[in-house]
Amino acid sequence: MSEKEERLQRLTAVRPRLVSFALMHLRDRSQAEDAVQEAMMSAIEKNESFAGRSGYETWVFGILKYKILDAMRAQKRHGRWQPLEEEEGDDAIDRQFQQSGRWQASARPSSWGEPEAAFETEHFWQVFDACMIALPDNAARVFSLRELMGLSTDDICKELGIKENNCWVILHRARLRLRACIEQGWLKEETA
Amino acid sequence: MMMCKEATRLMSLKQDRPLTFQERVSLRLHLSMCSACRECDRQFTLLHEAGKRFGPEHDPEQDDDGR
Repeated sequence: MSEKEERLQRLTAVRPRLVSFALMHLRDRSQAEDAVQEAMMSAIEKNESFAGRSGYETWVFGILKYKILDAMRAQKRHGRWQPLEEEEGDDAIDRQFQQSGRWQASARPSSWGEPEAAFETEHFWQVFDACMIALPDNAARVFSLRELMGLSTDDICKELGIKENNCWVILHRARLRLRACIEQGWLKEETA
Repeated sequence: MMMCKEATRLMSLKQDRPLTFQERVSLRLHLSMCSACRECDRQFTLLHEAGKRFGPEHDPEQDDDGR
């Protein structure tokens, strides 16, 4: 098999992961698929420029990141985003704590076991996926940029035009929602 | 005394920027007394790790520039 064909095969194999990665950021399946399509085209066109310093898949993810950021800018420009400062009240967060600031008995975090073991199971990722989709759009976008794409909060603020403090508040809420959701989905099934 | 809700704010912040000395001390003190928050702290770290796995499996710092 030629190198080109081999890379084409690897592209096809990694495509589902590229789509879910893009979907987490863009919150729209057809836009996510478009971004992946463009990234794949671009990877094929620029095949020669792959330097081989990192894995081929990593390189493709790198291309996809730029396509996602472009698509996010377009979404924002077209007014498809709720204002980031006005993310709806944090009822879901308040329900996790008592008035005093202590955990509600029903929301107290319990152990998820060994992280490595969790990461190995298909079920953990199904729950993670479902919980990401359940997040409010803006929380999911900021969380994805920070934790999936690995941008600094400083870069996210520049990208989204928000204050860093705002970014931290959004991330705090996103993490609390995610952990509650994952714990429910993960532990329930584990013990079932 | 710092309560759990405020402690979770610092645990989250810790994933995004280094905490100040003062913040570190208050968080550590709270964690030493609160097992639920210790779990939450582990979970936030696990979410951070999960995010990295979700994308390319290699260190994103070492990405070739894809542009």
